[in-house]
Amino acid sequence: MIELKDISKTFYLGDQAVHALDKVNLSIAQGEYLSVMGPSGSGKSTLLNMLGLLDLPDAGSFTLDGTETTTLAEPERALLRSEMIGFVFQAYHLIPRLTARENIELPMMLVGIPARERRALAEQAMARLGIAERGHHLPRQLSGGQRQRVALARAIVRRPRLLLADEPTGNLDSRSGAEVVELIEELNDEGITLLVVTHDAALGRRAARRITMVDGRVVADETGANNVSP
Amino acid sequence: MFPRDAAQYCWQAISRYRFRSAMVLLAISLGVASVVVFTALGEGARRYVFDEFSYLGADVLAVFPGRNETTGGLPPVTGTAARDITLDEAYILQRRLSAVEDVAPVVIGSADVSFGERAREVLILGSSAAFVDIRQLEFAEGKNIRSGDIRKAGDDCLIGETLRREILGSNPAVGASLRVADYRCRVVGVLAGRGDAMGMDLSDAVLIPVAAAQRLFNTPGLFRLIVKLAPGRDAETSRQQILALMKTLHQGEEDVTVVSPDAMLSSLDGILRTMNLGVAAIASISLLVAGVLIMNITLINVTQRTEEIGLLKALGASTRQVTKLFLLESTLSCSLGALLGLVFGAVLVFAARLLMPGIAFVPPVWAPVLAVLVAVVSGAAFAWVPVRRASALAPVVALQKH
Repeated sequence: MIELKDISKTFYLGDQAVHALDKVNLSIAQGEYLSVMGPSGSGKSTLLNMLGLLDLPDAGSFTLDGTETTTLAEPERALLRSEMIGFVFQAYHLIPRLTARENIELPMMLVGIPARERRALAEQAMARLGIAERGHHLPRQLSGGQRQRVALARAIVRRPRLLLADEPTGNLDSRSGAEVVELIEELNDEGITLLVVTHDAALGRRAARRITMVDGRVVADETGANNVSP
Repeated sequence: MFPRDAAQYCWQAISRYRFRSAMVLLAISLGVASVVVFTALGEGARRYVFDEFSYLGADVLAVFPGRNETTGGLPPVTGTAARDITLDEAYILQRRLSAVEDVAPVVIGSADVSFGERAREVLILGSSAAFVDIRQLEFAEGKNIRSGDIRKAGDDCLIGETLRREILGSNPAVGASLRVADYRCRVVGVLAGRGDAMGMDLSDAVLIPVAAAQRLFNTPGLFRLIVKLAPGRDAETSRQQILALMKTLHQGEEDVTVVSPDAMLSSLDGILRTMNLGVAAIASISLLVAGVLIMNITLINVTQRTEEIGLLKALGASTRQVTKLFLLESTLSCSLGALLGLVFGAVLVFAARLLMPGIAFVPPVWAPVLAVLVAVVSGAAFAWVPVRRASALAPVVALQKH
């Protein structure tokens, strides 16, 4: 489903070049569950941005479902993002003035799904994530766990095939964190490709495939026997 | 995205951040209102000057004592004469020149007017019955003073409406006997409205025969002499005739100025041009201030929402879509602010008119149009810059900008 070939990205801090991604090769199949770990500045976030079509590489090729994405124009990349990719962020990034349901409807509104249909889909997603009663609440009236569920509902409401999560439990207490992780993994069980970027070793170990990055390179890519902590 | 959804999204951004939006709207409306108010003040002043100086009709000449050698300048309105124009001379002018249909000599001053116990110091205007015709004044009740020999001091007088209310109260006006200093007169008519003339408010004045006024103020000279020409008479020829006759009467000394409406207007022209420039300068400065104000507000507003722009992109919006959304929002709030500003400005202009009823404060038509245009255009233009910048950022970078 995803094919990265020699993807490079260099940032400049002053006159110092930082190789955030250094000829990264990675191939991900539909339905995989990956975790990406590594120290700060190792290029994890840049990789996530690349996969999410939020950033363009300096060199290399990235095919998503057979489409070469690096040569697409911005509106086409936006469309692909809207149809195939869902994001979950550490800081939730809910729009504070919109209610939970309005936040969830936002990606559907952007592509022009009629209001009635939007509402039904949003309510479905909320019911599924256990926040059915919270539709009319503003983000500030919700707990951290509830906010992340709203963000998750927003990420999956368009039924993306790839879910990218950047430290999804970083701002949550361990119990709400565990609940959110369970929900995300449930989605993976249903076939969504899941990629979690995290510092949390326990969370990282849960994934079937574990990638470790250092200095913009993939230094480890382990599959199989994971020791899930209860 | 449906236009309706886009509009709703923008409306929510305005209506759900009440304090911020109130401040934004206040700033924009102040900008627009200041343009409306300042141009209205400027235009009001311009019109005031215009009306004050162009009261003369096409068939009316004004004779001032004194001679101004410089032509094209303002006539000596204040009358600093070496030699007076007397009432007798006015009478001679009226009798001798066939071009002169009637004359209205003018003497002004102020004196205490009393009726019974009540007294009030008001403007006293000494003139003739012709004054009312020339100035086209109307009567609230009664009739004009007697016309006839202007040299005779009749005992009838006219009063303005304000004076009538203040001093007569509910007593019948026509027939009332007033004391003006030590001169007694009988009210024959009440002038309607303000009847503004030469900056005088006739609603709070008494018009008495000119000879009586001369006696009252002990002055042999006239403040000015207004001449009404006979129908079909050429203004310039008549002007020369009057000048020639006055020269003879003043022993060959050409020491009066006769102003025709044309001369009046051409000297006015310079003043009006300056006033027009003044209004334009006021308008451009207030438009500039409004534009800069709106520019800053919009820049700050959009820059603060870099995170939201990044999020929208992560959720599948294209740069174009985000730009459109924010431009729409900026245009919406600027239009709202501008509308509010127009209302605000109209209220202030109305208040100014109540405070100074003598001046017609009206903004020129282009002022509100231009003000709204500047508001909306600068709102859109200065939203565009930071939106482009924010949406050019990789969304994740934008998202990190808390």
